[in-house]
Amino acid sequence: MELLIPEFGLVIFQTIAFLLLMFVLGKFAWKPVLAAIKEREQSIDDALNKAELAKQEMARLTTQNEELLKSARAERDLILKEAKTLKDSIINEAKTQAHTEGAKLIEKAKIEIENQKKAALFELKSQVSTLSLDIAERVLRNQLQDKAKQEDLVANLLKDVELN
Amino acid sequence: MDCSHVFDFKVKRLIVVFTLFLAFFSVGSPAFAQVDTLKAAEHSPAETQAKEKFDIGKFALHHIADSHSWHVIGEYYIHLPVLLYTSNGLVSFNSADFQYDDDAKVVVEKGGQRFVKMHEKIYYASPAPNEHGQYVQLDEKHHASNARPLDISLTKNVCTLLISIVIILAVFLNVASGYKKRKGKSPKGLQSWMEPIILFVRDDIAKPNLGHKYERFMPYLLTVFFFIWFNNMLGLVPFLPGGANLTGNIAVTMILAAATFLLTVFNGNKYYWKHIFAPDVPKLMWIVMIPVEIVGIFTKPIALMIRLFANITAGHILVLSLICLIFVFNSLYIAPISVAFAVFIGAIELLVAFIQAFIFTILSALFIGMAIEEHH
Repeated sequence: MELLIPEFGLVIFQTIAFLLLMFVLGKFAWKPVLAAIKEREQSIDDALNKAELAKQEMARLTTQNEELLKSARAERDLILKEAKTLKDSIINEAKTQAHTEGAKLIEKAKIEIENQKKAALFELKSQVSTLSLDIAERVLRNQLQDKAKQEDLVANLLKDVELN
Repeated sequence: MDCSHVFDFKVKRLIVVFTLFLAFFSVGSPAFAQVDTLKAAEHSPAETQAKEKFDIGKFALHHIADSHSWHVIGEYYIHLPVLLYTSNGLVSFNSADFQYDDDAKVVVEKGGQRFVKMHEKIYYASPAPNEHGQYVQLDEKHHASNARPLDISLTKNVCTLLISIVIILAVFLNVASGYKKRKGKSPKGLQSWMEPIILFVRDDIAKPNLGHKYERFMPYLLTVFFFIWFNNMLGLVPFLPGGANLTGNIAVTMILAAATFLLTVFNGNKYYWKHIFAPDVPKLMWIVMIPVEIVGIFTKPIALMIRLFANITAGHILVLSLICLIFVFNSLYIAPISVAFAVFIGAIELLVAFIQAFIFTILSALFIGMAIEEHH
């Protein structure tokens, strides 16, 4: 039965010691410890959430990239196609233009050649006439140096005239 | 891994504690107290028959009770100081002055007053001895009926209490410093030993029972849990810093239960009190219900007090009894069986040390939780 009767001394010491322990631990141990644990849990949760978000963002970016790539490819094809048609049209145009231009040049050249020919002919004609006059003059002079020949010539000329 | 600095830290603290301890208290010379009953038996043949049989009950009860001296080893005792608040003020002397007497036969005179010690309790001595040479008046149950001064001595239990508090503070201030040093990092050393248990108290004891208001009661629950657990384990250590039956002492469990009781009463909300004084039953039933509920307020902490006290005391008695079997059979051949059983029970007691701390804490949380529960 004596075991069931609390001793006064121990009651006093236990009360003081326990309150003191609770105060000191509460202030210097439990408060910082629980705060630190909570903070760490928070940071772990945050990190996990962030990782999850990053994963989603990554997936989103990947699909976006794929789409971008696809559209880029399509665009490239389109551009290539356009460029090809453009090239063809340019070549065709250039060809036709070259044709017409060539034809024009040929025409021009022909006219020029004609003109040059005409001019050359004209020149030639005048040259021929002066030359022939010269020749004639020289022939005449030669002919006229001798009396007999002159008379011959006149006679010939007159003969012709008579025929006329 | 190099843990020597942790050791240094702990060892230094322990050395400080024990140096102080030894500086204050004198170590007794070889004692004869342990065998005084046997000697008495030898000297008085009339009593030989009665005392020849080894009395387990007496032996065990003597060991689990508080004491003014602390058995070290063999015949060596540490004599703890006696501090008495008498009608003439404070009186102090060393318990060695009783000369190992625990039967009120040696009178110590101090400050004009005379004291005797009987069954580790100090009484004002009677002017003259009775027929057994004891300076006390015995009643019909052989209990001393003399007046007692208020005994505030540093007994074995008080010293254990102080040592345990030093240990708990050393451990948890170290743990707290770990959190400061490795802020936001993973725990290390002592910190990683204690963190799971702190989390256990928080997540499995406080949160389910106290709901979102658990944070207010965490300091109490953690303190009470570790105080009980550490002291339960210290009680299982059979040599010096341990060995006392602190958490199996009714004074200690009473204060712990009183703390839970006060927290329950002062934090009880209107729903809690309404449940007690105006329960939702027909008014005629109130005659029965209200007294039952009022009794219930007190039975809860009393159950807490008795449960812890009885479990720890029972464990100590069991281990002591098993060891005592050697002396009961008066044969060394029983020792292996006795020791094997004691080791087995000791292992169970280690479990009980934790379980009882857990039960006390979870029931405290439950009672407080019932008092602060909001009804919608």
